[in-house]
Amino acid sequence: MKYSILVNEGPYTHQASDSAYQFAKAVLAKGHEIFRIFFYHDGVNNATRLTTPPQDDRNIVNRWSKLAEDHKLDMVVCVAAAQRRGIVDEGEAKRNGKDATNLAPGFRISGLGQLVEAGIQSDRLVTFGD
Amino acid sequence: MTIKKFMFVNRKAPYGTVYALESLEVVLIAAAFEQDVSLAFLDDGVYQLKKGHSTKGIEMKAFEKTYGALEDYDVTKLFVDEESLAARGLTTDDLCVPVEVMSRVQLGKMIEDQDVVLSF
Repeated sequence: MKYSILVNEGPYTHQASDSAYQFAKAVLAKGHEIFRIFFYHDGVNNATRLTTPPQDDRNIVNRWSKLAEDHKLDMVVCVAAAQRRGIVDEGEAKRNGKDATNLAPGFRISGLGQLVEAGIQSDRLVTFGD
Repeated sequence: MTIKKFMFVNRKAPYGTVYALESLEVVLIAAAFEQDVSLAFLDDGVYQLKKGHSTKGIEMKAFEKTYGALEDYDVTKLFVDEESLAARGLTTDDLCVPVEVMSRVQLGKMIEDQDVVLSF
């Protein structure tokens, strides 16, 4: 089956992004396909490479990046939600005159059309939120 | 393009969190993709439709007008949970747009009939 996943909460405060990650791993382990993982609302904070949790805690951001790399996943961060919350790639930095970038590897910034397309193209769109 | 039934389930008050505002943004995009879009309002989500948002004191943008503009995007299926309205002492006269009031059972059937349900 073709799945897409919507992550609506940021890392650490809510379990939603942990659950989404574990669900994604389970989906792949069962041999299903993930069309896209979309990050919206505070979910965009899953994509900041500046995250530094204590050493004995899980690194949620790096975990996503590795999953994307291992399985060639398409992980998309909503541009409007990202702009509000300061998640920036090189293109956004240039457009909005910012002096730094923080988008973690494996993520890309794009529009909400990508979420709607995921809903259209996938057999299941599964939401993880509060 | 494939047309799917997208339902947006709104359960939260309009300004305590950003969910209502950012949910509306997805609604407009889904409509632009010419999908079969409907909205359901439950729990404190019914407050999103209450007439007369006044947000000056909290320094936030009032987005009540966006609900009125949904019609221009051919989004006309707005369903409101009867129990949620009644529990908050509201009637359809208090709402800023025409809606269809439904029982929880009817709403449940409606949700079952969807291809994609996004709950914010």
